Amino acid sequence: MDSIALSRQMLDGDRMIVNMGPSHPTTHGTLRIVLELEGETIVRATPEMGYLHRGVEKLGENLSYQQFIPLTDRLNYCSAIMNNVGYTTAVEKLLDIQIPKRAEHIRVLMSELSRVADHIVCVGVNAVDIGAFTAFLYLFKQRETAYDLFEMAAGQRLHTSFTRIGGVFRDLPEGFVPLAERFLVECSESIDELERLLTRNPIWHDRTKGIGVISAEDAVNWGYTGPSLRAAGVPQDLRKAQPYLGYETYDFDIPVGTTGDVFDRYLVRVEEMRQSLRIIRQVLDRLEPGSVMVDDPKVALPPKEKVYTRMESLIHHFKLIMHGMDMPVGEVYSATEAANGELGFYIVSDGGKNPYRIRVRPPCLPIFSSFEDQVKGGLIADAVAVLGAMNIIAGELDR
Amino acid sequence: MIIEQIDAQLPGTVTDRHAFRGDQTIVIARENLLAVVALLHREGFQLLVDITAVDWPEREQRFDVVYHWLNLASQERLRLKVPVAEGESVPSLTGTFKTADWFEREVFDMFGIRFDGHPDLRRLLTWPDFPGHALRKDFPLDGGDPFCMEGCTAPYNNGERN
Repeated sequence: MDSIALSRQMLDGDRMIVNMGPSHPTTHGTLRIVLELEGETIVRATPEMGYLHRGVEKLGENLSYQQFIPLTDRLNYCSAIMNNVGYTTAVEKLLDIQIPKRAEHIRVLMSELSRVADHIVCVGVNAVDIGAFTAFLYLFKQRETAYDLFEMAAGQRLHTSFTRIGGVFRDLPEGFVPLAERFLVECSESIDELERLLTRNPIWHDRTKGIGVISAEDAVNWGYTGPSLRAAGVPQDLRKAQPYLGYETYDFDIPVGTTGDVFDRYLVRVEEMRQSLRIIRQVLDRLEPGSVMVDDPKVALPPKEKVYTRMESLIHHFKLIMHGMDMPVGEVYSATEAANGELGFYIVSDGGKNPYRIRVRPPCLPIFSSFEDQVKGGLIADAVAVLGAMNIIAGELDR
Repeated sequence: MIIEQIDAQLPGTVTDRHAFRGDQTIVIARENLLAVVALLHREGFQLLVDITAVDWPEREQRFDVVYHWLNLASQERLRLKVPVAEGESVPSLTGTFKTADWFEREVFDMFGIRFDGHPDLRRLLTWPDFPGHALRKDFPLDGGDPFCMEGCTAPYNNGERN
């Protein structure tokens, strides 16, 4: 309300106010941007957010550690599994436990699949916003296959809740690996098609080159992480820089841009999809049979057949459900490389069943905070391009 | 590493420190925040990853404002905590880090901690006349009745809105 009143006051007849959102096709979730225009040039842009604020952090303080996992799905709902992985990794750091090798491999596999799915949404929708519809359709076919894979593994397409503290919910089902193999081939072909449609397309160049340029220093100062930071020329990727889940053993490259504009962000994302496919290829070659949950009755629920046949397992089951895990007192910050950048979980434990404080560090909040800086002096059409390339996910932004 | 440098260059500022699961934490008083942050920035801690707060109602200084830094060159992380009492404010870091702008607004919105020198300290996630601060421990989980806009009192804080 404030921002509108202020803008009206400053209205001198030449300026026009345009409301983008809260529900506008290009805002990627419910968020509102009040644009102040002179002709078609943006003089001011005031982002307003919080339309999707559910109080995830407050709820987390009142749920047990396991119960928080479904809430992480709803942060970045385009790549839910990476949120699951990020959260459970943080709790495992707090507990100081190692998960079995197969669980690690499955987590990497699913993370990279959802990274591809997330980048597909970002690149495809960014292109639709600018007016290139075909690329979106070609890519979304592959996204469907990725979601089929999620459904096979987790039983859910969007809100997967796939990981558990100490491993993953269940082993990969039969038929998963062959479909994943087919996905690798077809997705790689679709990315080639996308590149043929866009990368050397003069209209795409006109619309994206030189739009949303940001220097490496500014990007770091604004708190950029992920593809947007790498497009500005900083080769920071937590998978390489601070490896987790054994990422140091995989062979992949980090694409880096130069100018940080929308075109570079597009190129970085496309190349990251290819690199993710490379990682998936390596995981599929490494998959070996084994347990997918840590063998620790204080953390993981015992298998059902044991619960029904053995007294001890029944007691463990009861204790875990009723009293939760024995948590150490302390605080940890654990960060993983999500599709948008550094997804951090800061957990403060007072030893109780629930976290004392749980903080989600969303990657797109700092990126979105630079929005006015990025679009000032540009055209409305450029604002749409910049917003798409930032890949704002309102569920994660507002929490 | 960085903690030794802070000790050497600004002796006596670090009031408490601990390491847990590989995370380095230091606690400093709010008067020393800007000096320490300037030192951190000079030493390569250029990425301010996060600002948040933790509420400990039973303590005399009930809030911890928590900063997370990352050094992009050495990949070293540092957690910095500033204890503040109710009504006390913390110096804003918006002069050095642009990203502090929204993070500080969010902390103000959720905890009611004020930041001195912030150019535009408004609520970020909730609306301007939202009663109370949602992440305080004494704020009810169901939110009281925040949709009652007229004649509504905050669920705590003597009905005062801020």
